[in-house]
Amino acid sequence: MKFLIDNFWTLTSTGLTQGAIYALIALGYTLVYGVLQLINFAHSEVFMVGSFFAMWTLNALASHEGHAGALLIIGLLVLAGIAAMIGSGITALFVEFIAYRPLRRRNAPRLVFLISAIGASIAISEAFGIFISRNILPVPQLVQPKVVLTLFGSQIYNMQVIIVAASIVMMVGLDQFIRRTRLGRGVRAVAQDQDTAALMGVNKDRVIALTFLLGGLMAGGAALLYTQQFGLTRFNVGFLLGIKAFTAAVLGGIGNLRGALLGGLVLGLAENYGSALVGSQWRDVVAFVLLIVILMFRPTGILGESLGKARA
Amino acid sequence: MRQRHIGRFAAVAVAIALAVAGCSSSSSTSGGGSTPAASGGSSGSCDVSLGFFGALTGQYANLGVNIYDGVKLAIDQHNKKNPGCQVGLVKYDSQGSPDQAPALAQQAINNPKVVGIVGPAFSGESKAADPLFAQAGLTTITPSATNPKLADNGWKTFFRILGNDNAQGPAAAKYITNVLKATKVFVVDDASEYGKGLADVVRKSLGSAVVGNDTVQSGQTDFSATVTKIKASGADAVYYGGYYPEAGLLVKQMRGAGVTATFVSDDGSKDPGFIQAAGGKDANGSILTCPCLPPDKAGGTFFADFKAAYGQEPGTYAAEGFDAANVFLAGIDAGKVTRADLLSFVASYKGQGVTKQISFDSKGEVSQVSVWAYKVENGQIVADQVIN
Repeated sequence: MKFLIDNFWTLTSTGLTQGAIYALIALGYTLVYGVLQLINFAHSEVFMVGSFFAMWTLNALASHEGHAGALLIIGLLVLAGIAAMIGSGITALFVEFIAYRPLRRRNAPRLVFLISAIGASIAISEAFGIFISRNILPVPQLVQPKVVLTLFGSQIYNMQVIIVAASIVMMVGLDQFIRRTRLGRGVRAVAQDQDTAALMGVNKDRVIALTFLLGGLMAGGAALLYTQQFGLTRFNVGFLLGIKAFTAAVLGGIGNLRGALLGGLVLGLAENYGSALVGSQWRDVVAFVLLIVILMFRPTGILGESLGKARA
Repeated sequence: MRQRHIGRFAAVAVAIALAVAGCSSSSSTSGGGSTPAASGGSSGSCDVSLGFFGALTGQYANLGVNIYDGVKLAIDQHNKKNPGCQVGLVKYDSQGSPDQAPALAQQAINNPKVVGIVGPAFSGESKAADPLFAQAGLTTITPSATNPKLADNGWKTFFRILGNDNAQGPAAAKYITNVLKATKVFVVDDASEYGKGLADVVRKSLGSAVVGNDTVQSGQTDFSATVTKIKASGADAVYYGGYYPEAGLLVKQMRGAGVTATFVSDDGSKDPGFIQAAGGKDANGSILTCPCLPPDKAGGTFFADFKAAYGQEPGTYAAEGFDAANVFLAGIDAGKVTRADLLSFVASYKGQGVTKQISFDSKGEVSQVSVWAYKVENGQIVADQVIN
């Protein structure tokens, strides 16, 4: 207990950082669920592929020793971010075209989608393990760790600020895109009622592909931030993160974009406080007991409103 | 309609391509899968095979692949010298997982040609698989599973060709107190059979010098809570019991948070993957203990032969795997080609291996044991000193 109080702000800042990455990945789960009422278990691999694209870009362009010049660093990060988003976006579309669309055309039962998504997930991950490497692969970290402020005796690093800020900007952007644009209106229409939307002239397949793409772009952003925070990636990097992000999505209210943000941050914090309070081996116990307790009182998650019902 | 068919063909084609790619690359990891030894088939008068049991894929694959390469070298050398006696080698890829071990063990037991097993490589999978091997009378020589309790189960078929953690743990503690002169040690483990077992021995040996404990998860990448604890404890050394992926990440995140305590870990971390996971320079100065001989100090022409065969230096436990396979091969050459005969042959075996003088006591432990400290310098794992 004393440890928790003494290190409260350090645990809070690292928890928020981790939570922001969960939240960005959680968006992919929540978007697809909002539109199709299906869990895209291959989303963890969408993230993984993005992190590999970020790594390849940075390995080609940046040095492991770090760079001077803020402009150069920002430029490289933007390039790596775009590469990661392209990689993740393509993977997300690939999953939709291979594992979802053919089944949808045949009106397959819901369970079949889950299994084909899990199959796609394992196939992609193992293919990367076989063709590229099963080792942990280092990624150049461009931002030199620097303490930017000291809050109640705990040090907040620049990367933590960047991650939290970047995720919030991306999430607000996505939220506004869904709420305000014509394409976003299509997504909401299909989420509310696929058949009616189709009758109204919305191209259902195109909207669903767009949903996967949006989730992929967010995962690509998360992938860049993750590689910059931890300086690594791996063929199975998405597995644990994917489960955590899925949990965050459920916690916040699956199908709800703002819920994904809240759920991610709450999960990140709960894990850190939990492991400080009762030991790191209890980290997941604490996080998942919290999930069950919250779902007992709010079965639809903390915010609980679905994508389709979100007001314009 | 036509488009649908094309889609279906495309999906099938992709599936086939993936399957073919999977097959071809899995056989290439065996280092030239076309030799009779690797394909498991055998000819000549002694129609038997050895099994290799350990992780060849999955997150801890490096450790298993090292051993497999050593075993395969021994068998290839044997088969070259004895054209009339071609011994086969069958792979049992456990991915290091105790969950998969029993079914794999059953597979090995059901294959009548398999007369001896090199492995299981890890302690967790050993605990799961060895009872089955003991029941079936199929001899196992593990070149790497170091949990001491494995020898206490009365498994007649259990043999271990290296020192266990009751030797490694106190040696690590001795190094931390005598050489590093550390007085405050933070001990972390990964909750595995091996990592926790070893860390507990270290905790006991260090006694009051332990200022804090924590546990991490296999597959975890964010160690911020653990690092915060280490920092708060003011430790001057951190001991980690577990495997290389988590060890590398932990030391990296420690350095990132400004913790300068010396990082000490074990044979499960003694792999280039540790340095890779630590992102290079953060691994420097780390100490890794191992009840294994530095490969270049191995006897005979092992080091040169291995390099000639694989184009790289032997990794951790490659030499131990080589020795374990040679014990079996000596038995097969002596005409002990049934499981029962081979078991009694191994139990009474005495001979010089490339790593040590080999003979086993009644519990299956090898009699000669040495623990080495290795140090990471400039991104390389180099032998530091033998710990007495």
